[in-house]
Amino acid sequence: MAAIEINQVSKIYTGDVHAVKSVNIDIKDGEFIVLVGPSGCGKSTLLRMVAGLEEISKGEVKIGNRVVNKVDPAERDIAMVFQNYALYPHMTVYDNLAYGLRNRKTPKAEIDARVAEAARMLQLEAYLERKPRALSGGQRQRVAMGRAIVRKPAAFLFDEPLSNLDAKLRVSMRGEIKRLQRRLGTTSIYVTHDQLEAMTLADRLVVLNGGEIEQIGAPLDVYHTPASTFVASFIGSPAMNLLQGELHGDKLALGPNLIDLGGHAPASGSVTVGIRAEDLRLASPGEHAMTVAVDYVEELGSQRLVHGNLGDQSLTAALSPEAELMSELRLVVGAERLHFFTHDTGKRIGGTALQQAMVAKTEIA
Amino acid sequence: MYRLKIVDHIILLLGVFVMMAPVVVAFFTSTHDAAEIHRQGLTLTWGNHFAETYSTVLNREGGFTGQVTGTRMLMNSLILGIGFAVGKIILSMLAAYAIVYFRFRLGTLFFWMIFTTLLLPLEVRILPSYEVMHQLHLINTYTGMIVPLLASATGTFYFRQFFKSIPDELLEAARIDGAGPIKFFFDVIVPLSKTMVAAIFIIMFVYGWNQYLWPMLMTNDESFYTLVRGIKQILLVWVGAQIPDYNEAFAIAILAMLPPVIIVVVFQRWFIKGLTESDK
Amino acid sequence: MKRVQFSSPTLPYLFLLPQMAVIFIFFYWPSVQAVKSSFFLEDPFGFGSSFVGFDNYKGVLESAEYRSIAGFTAIFTALVTFFSLSLGLLLAVKADAVIRGSSTYKTLLISAYAIAPPVAGLIGMMFFDQHIGPFVRFAALFGWDMKIGLNYFDTAFAMVVVSVWKQIPYNFIFFLSGLQGIPVSVREAAALDCRSGFRRFWTVILPLLAPTAFFLFVINVTYSLFDTFGIVDVMVKDKAANNPITLVYKVYMDGFRGNDLGGSSAQSVILMIVVFVLTVFQFRFLERRVHYN
Repeated sequence: MAAIEINQVSKIYTGDVHAVKSVNIDIKDGEFIVLVGPSGCGKSTLLRMVAGLEEISKGEVKIGNRVVNKVDPAERDIAMVFQNYALYPHMTVYDNLAYGLRNRKTPKAEIDARVAEAARMLQLEAYLERKPRALSGGQRQRVAMGRAIVRKPAAFLFDEPLSNLDAKLRVSMRGEIKRLQRRLGTTSIYVTHDQLEAMTLADRLVVLNGGEIEQIGAPLDVYHTPASTFVASFIGSPAMNLLQGELHGDKLALGPNLIDLGGHAPASGSVTVGIRAEDLRLASPGEHAMTVAVDYVEELGSQRLVHGNLGDQSLTAALSPEAELMSELRLVVGAERLHFFTHDTGKRIGGTALQQAMVAKTEIA
Repeated sequence: MYRLKIVDHIILLLGVFVMMAPVVVAFFTSTHDAAEIHRQGLTLTWGNHFAETYSTVLNREGGFTGQVTGTRMLMNSLILGIGFAVGKIILSMLAAYAIVYFRFRLGTLFFWMIFTTLLLPLEVRILPSYEVMHQLHLINTYTGMIVPLLASATGTFYFRQFFKSIPDELLEAARIDGAGPIKFFFDVIVPLSKTMVAAIFIIMFVYGWNQYLWPMLMTNDESFYTLVRGIKQILLVWVGAQIPDYNEAFAIAILAMLPPVIIVVVFQRWFIKGLTESDK
Repeated sequence: MKRVQFSSPTLPYLFLLPQMAVIFIFFYWPSVQAVKSSFFLEDPFGFGSSFVGFDNYKGVLESAEYRSIAGFTAIFTALVTFFSLSLGLLLAVKADAVIRGSSTYKTLLISAYAIAPPVAGLIGMMFFDQHIGPFVRFAALFGWDMKIGLNYFDTAFAMVVVSVWKQIPYNFIFFLSGLQGIPVSVREAAALDCRSGFRRFWTVILPLLAPTAFFLFVINVTYSLFDTFGIVDVMVKDKAANNPITLVYKVYMDGFRGNDLGGSSAQSVILMIVVFVLTVFQFRFLERRVHYN
């Protein structure tokens, strides 16, 4: 159990390629941190630097107040769960779990006890004498986790552990990982490119892009107050609609439509407007609304995703399954649900107080 | 398309006949008496001299010095085959492991040095190699027969190829599990290489057993002759003989080819896997 | 390169030591010696040697005997390579096409791989023997009086036949493996696109086998040049006189029987250059053209 500090950590490859650019993250003891972002954003590199599998070019990493930059991975008191499980193919499940402890000269009785406990927690008791090739993907993943658990390390490091599993298995394993971490209370850093995994598992999310942190925050904060267009479109499915608009006074011009912001305009001139698909609803007759030409519809059962065009920009709305469909729909969105980003940098413009109020409302409700 | 199948079988049967007939005929002919062979020619019938011929070949002390038995030559072939195979495997596994799993300054240099041995087969450096062995007093020794053959890149490349195909994550997991380079080698690499080692052993054993030129240069003491070398002896002894001992020649030929052929046939799958997967 | 590697200061050197030591003592040192002595001429009484520059090379290259041997070696190599490759390919294609009994065929066809060249040579000798060889009797039916060991052409013929025979299994193994490596889906697509099996072979199968074929080509050339030593030796029995021999055999004869250290070394260096060119060619070509994936 330990806090992890990542201070100004950078990874620079030959040719002055910066894979990770001066990243700062303070992880509290027992926290479940998820590093999320598209491929190539540096999340795995960052994880591997914490693990000791990659050299830290600049900055320092502290695990429980100890600077570990030059410390061997085996000495950092961490355990890692790999995407491809990395089980020793020629060893039984028992031996796979025991290997790390044996190397540390742990007494046999202790090894037996820890392996039995991990096997019980992960329902692997029946498989202890099997070799990895006789196990299914989900079972192998559990053995990989078991290997981490028996070590009782200060921190767990997960490198996209669920990517190789089928969709259904992923959902159930996600829950197991969450439960396990809650129960053991071990500080965890989890890397994934799947925003849904990130949202459901994290105590706090770190959204990475191009080696830099776009935003750190609790899942709901990030969801409701994305700090940039990147975060806005990355987190949440379907992706947030990002449209070009003009602010004049307290009115927003979106294509041919004019929306009255009722005094909430945070700036003026060209802006990028973010609207979540679920914040759009069908206008009641007579209500001032935007006209959207419908392109195609995706039926999810629980929702109806309508893809259409507002002028020459595309838009997606998540409507109730009973919503009436026509070739043209009239949609409205509450002014307080709009997100504003600068036109050039994509960074968020104000509006935080508003969104926070809304978040508070959601939590109570 | 189905009509062709018969033609296919005919071609294959012809192929098998061509490849196997010489060996089969050699075997059957060896069971006859030399005089019979001289009269009748090569044959497919079973002569009555099987036990006699083979025991003579194995036990008679022949050759120029009248000291070497066929059994002795068999032992030498075995020593050369096994010695070479074991030596090659140990040397190349260690070398390949160092090259693949370590980052060290002379790494690339050593890799290229090993690589260049592919450029010059033994046959183009026989004279100076002989000189070196002479200076080291290794003529007529098992060491002299085996060790110089180990100076080639093939084994190292086979294992290098194989090691490269082992997932990186295994090493990373092992490092986190506290395994250093030596532990990793014995706990993970060696067990995982078992099939590869078996395949390479078969190929190298056959190669070592079948060596001709080098043992010929390295040994003039008949007690070191291998079966394959013994073939030449038989031919030399024939000069001036009335009726050449065809049957004994065939018997030695059969003995010389039997172990490698049996091994290749029995362990066919491993052998083929070793050949084809490593020569890429 | 592996993603993560160990960085111990001494261990890699320790692991490499045995292999490097052997390579240095038994490869580099002799090779250097070979090149060195090619530039020297040994005093006939064995008292020393004098530097003669490229004289040995000139002597070798200008010798009519060397030229004729080089010529024979070239033709020999071409014949052996061509026939053993084609026959190996033919058998592989057929073995691949047949469903029943294919593993038996495979086993029987592979077994000859393990026979040592001199053993093959001995058996070949018997089959071509004056008195007992069936081939001789068969040829006599056509008025061909075979005299292996005496007649140049006859001996050459026997050498080619035996060398081809010995090498067929090796090529068979690789071609078969190459054929079985062609994805079934590609063959099925070809079957839909092209009705003639023969055309399919030429336009789809053969190009996909090209990497294997090229690799085998180099191996076969090397085999013909060097590994046939045993076959030649058994057939010629140290009586090179009127018989066809290959270049590598001449190196042996001049060096070990004729005591011409300088000339033999010069010949060795010439062969070294040939092999060098071949190997470089092989690796360059293989790197570039091979990967269809």
